[in-house]
Amino acid sequence: MATPATALPFRDETFRDDFTFRNSPQTVRRAPFPFDKDSYMYAVNMELHRDGRPDTAFEHPIDVDEHYVAEMRDRALVLDEDPLRCQSLPHMELAGWDTLELLMTSKAASYPEWFSLSRDGNAWHWINRPMGIEQRFTFGDATTLPYGPLEYITRQAQGDFCVLDERQGNLWMDAGMVTTQADWSLDFDIGMNFFEWHAPVPLAHELGIFERALKYLLAVQQANPARRLNWTMTVNPRLDTSPENYHRWGPENTHITAENVADKLFLRIELQSFWRLPRSNAILFPIRCYFLSMRDLTTVPKWSARMHRVLRSLPPELATYKGLDNFRDIAIDYLAGFDDGRATSEGAFPD
Amino acid sequence: MSLHAGIDVEVTDVVELNALVKRFHFARPDGQPLPAFSGGSHIVIEMQDGTLRRRTPYSLSSSPFDTRDYQVSIRRDDQGRGGSLYMHRGVVAGTRMRISPPANLFPLDQRAPRHLMLAGGIGITPFMAQTAQLALTGGECELHYGVRNRSLGAYLDELSARLGPRLHVYEDEAGERMDLDRLLSSQPTGTHLYVCGPTPMIEAVLAKAAKHAWPAAHLHYEHFAKAPPGEPFTVRLQASDRTVEVGAEQSMLEAIEAAGVEAPYLCRGGACGQCETRVLSLEGELLHADHWLDEKERAAGEKIMPCVSRCRGTVVLER
Repeated sequence: MATPATALPFRDETFRDDFTFRNSPQTVRRAPFPFDKDSYMYAVNMELHRDGRPDTAFEHPIDVDEHYVAEMRDRALVLDEDPLRCQSLPHMELAGWDTLELLMTSKAASYPEWFSLSRDGNAWHWINRPMGIEQRFTFGDATTLPYGPLEYITRQAQGDFCVLDERQGNLWMDAGMVTTQADWSLDFDIGMNFFEWHAPVPLAHELGIFERALKYLLAVQQANPARRLNWTMTVNPRLDTSPENYHRWGPENTHITAENVADKLFLRIELQSFWRLPRSNAILFPIRCYFLSMRDLTTVPKWSARMHRVLRSLPPELATYKGLDNFRDIAIDYLAGFDDGRATSEGAFPD
Repeated sequence: MSLHAGIDVEVTDVVELNALVKRFHFARPDGQPLPAFSGGSHIVIEMQDGTLRRRTPYSLSSSPFDTRDYQVSIRRDDQGRGGSLYMHRGVVAGTRMRISPPANLFPLDQRAPRHLMLAGGIGITPFMAQTAQLALTGGECELHYGVRNRSLGAYLDELSARLGPRLHVYEDEAGERMDLDRLLSSQPTGTHLYVCGPTPMIEAVLAKAAKHAWPAAHLHYEHFAKAPPGEPFTVRLQASDRTVEVGAEQSMLEAIEAAGVEAPYLCRGGACGQCETRVLSLEGELLHADHWLDEKERAAGEKIMPCVSRCRGTVVLER
C-alpha cells in the first residue's frame, strides 16, 4: 500500500449534508468559465482539446485539482447506495481497458508526483498517492483488479465518464460511470444512441445542432481529442444531482433567497471532452464538473458582469430546461451589483 | 480530421509476399511502441514522390495487440497514380517516412456472436488485423477469400494456421466461386457480414444480402478504391483565394494541400464524407469517383469529394 499523502494539497470537504466544499482563490481563477461573450445560445462549440495555458483547467489533458480526493469519496458513497451508476454492456470491456490506459498514462505523465505507472508488457504497476492506492495487475485480465477496468479507474478520476460505441454512423451510450450529473441517468440512457439521449434538449434540434455535432464527433481520431463546455446552475455544491435522488435536491431549488444566494447558488460548469479509444474504436466522453459560487464569480469582475448579462438575456425555454426558474431573478439582482455595464474583454479567461 | 499530428517512422523491413504484393514494416526510430488500434484501421502514408506529396491510405494488416511495428501490404498497381509503384520501387528498409495515426472506418461490431468475412484479392488486409484481434478476444469468425490463383494469394499459410477449417479459399483461375446464395442464406441469426474487395464484388455481395433480407445494420463493407489518375484540370478555391492546377497523377485533395490549404479528410478513399466540398461553379464536367454522394446529389452537381473525384475543365470550390 502506498502511504496516503496527507501533505498533498487536497481538501477535506463534502458535497452533501453539511456541504463544506470551498474553492481556494487559485481554483476559482483556473476554472473553465463557459461564456466567451455576454450572451449564450447553443452552438457546436467544439474545439481541439490540446494542452493549454498554465494554471487553467486546460493545462493537462485530464485535469486533477484540489477537490480530487473528496470527489472520489463522494463517488464511493453514491456507488454504495446505487451500484447501477456504473454500467458496461458486455461488448464494452475492451473500451474499459482503453479508458484505464488513457487515464493512467495521462495522469502519470501530467502529475508524476502524484501518480505513477510502470508497464512491462501486460504486467502493470499503478500508484495513486493522493488516494493511497497501489495496484499490480495484468492489462486485459479483469480478474486481477478489484472491479472491472472502467469502474476501477473511474473510481479514481474526477468527472463522469460515458463510453460511446460507434456503429451504423451513430454513437451508442453502452457504458459509463455517472455520479456527478446534471439531472440525467445512465441507467435510463444506457443503450441509447446520440439522438435518443439528446431528445429532451429544447431548441437545439431545430438548429440542426445534433447532426453537426455527431458528424464532428465521428471524425474525432486518436491524435485529435476535442472538447466543449456546457453549464447549468445548482443549489448547494451537490455533485450527485441525479433523477434517482431528485427527492433530496429538487426541493432545495426553492431555497435560494437574496440573503443566501452568494454562497448557496453555484454555476455548474461541465468540461466535456471526446477521445477516440484505440483498441475498441469507441469514444470516451468525460464530463468534468466545476462549481463556482456566485461569490466566487464576483472575485473575477469580468465573470460576474458576464454571468449577469447571460442570465438576463437567456431565452426562457433554456432557463426552464436548465432548471433556473426558481432563482434566476434573485441571481440577476445579486450580480447586478457587480456589473458596472462596461464592455468585457474578449475570450473567457480572467483579465 | 485534417492535417493531423503525423508519426515519424522508419521502414524496418520490406517482405515480398508474392509477385504483386509487398509487406512494409514501420516502427518508431526510438523503438517505442506505436499507438494501439482496432482491427480494420488504416493509416495514411505520406510519400514525397519528386515534387508530388502523396497521402495514400492503407489498411493495417498486423495484429492490433502487437504495436512494436505496423504492417501494411501493398499490391503493385501499374495503372494507378503511382503511389504503390513508389512504395514498391523506392521504399526499402531504413527509409524514413511519415504516417498518420490509425483510424477505423471498417470496425468489427463487437456485439456480434459471429463474424462472416468475405475478401477479394488485396481486400484481405483489414481481415488480417481483425482475425488476429478475434483470435485474442475470442470472437467466432469465418473467412472466405477469393484469389486469382494460390501463388497470388497473400497470407494463405498464416490464415490457414490461424483459422483452420474456418478459412475457405476460392481460386479464380480454377473457376472456383463463392456460393453467395448458399453462404448468405445459411448464417445463424445475429451474424455480421464484412466484405472488402473490388467494387463489383462488394456490390454483388450487398445485392445478395438484400435478396436474403439481411438487416442493413449487419452489413459492413470497405471499398479500397484509390484516387484514379486522369487529365489535368484547374480548381479555383474561393474562400482561400487560390487557383490550383491538379496534375494527371495527383488527386484534387493532394493539389489543394500542396497549395497550403488545409482541408478535412479521413479515409482519402471517397467513403467517409469528411472532405465533402461545395461546388460553386463549373466550366466542364465533374467526374465523381466516390462512394459517398448518392445519385441525386451527383445529378445536382453541387458537391464533390476531392479525395478521389476529378473534373474536366475548371471548377470553383467553396473551400
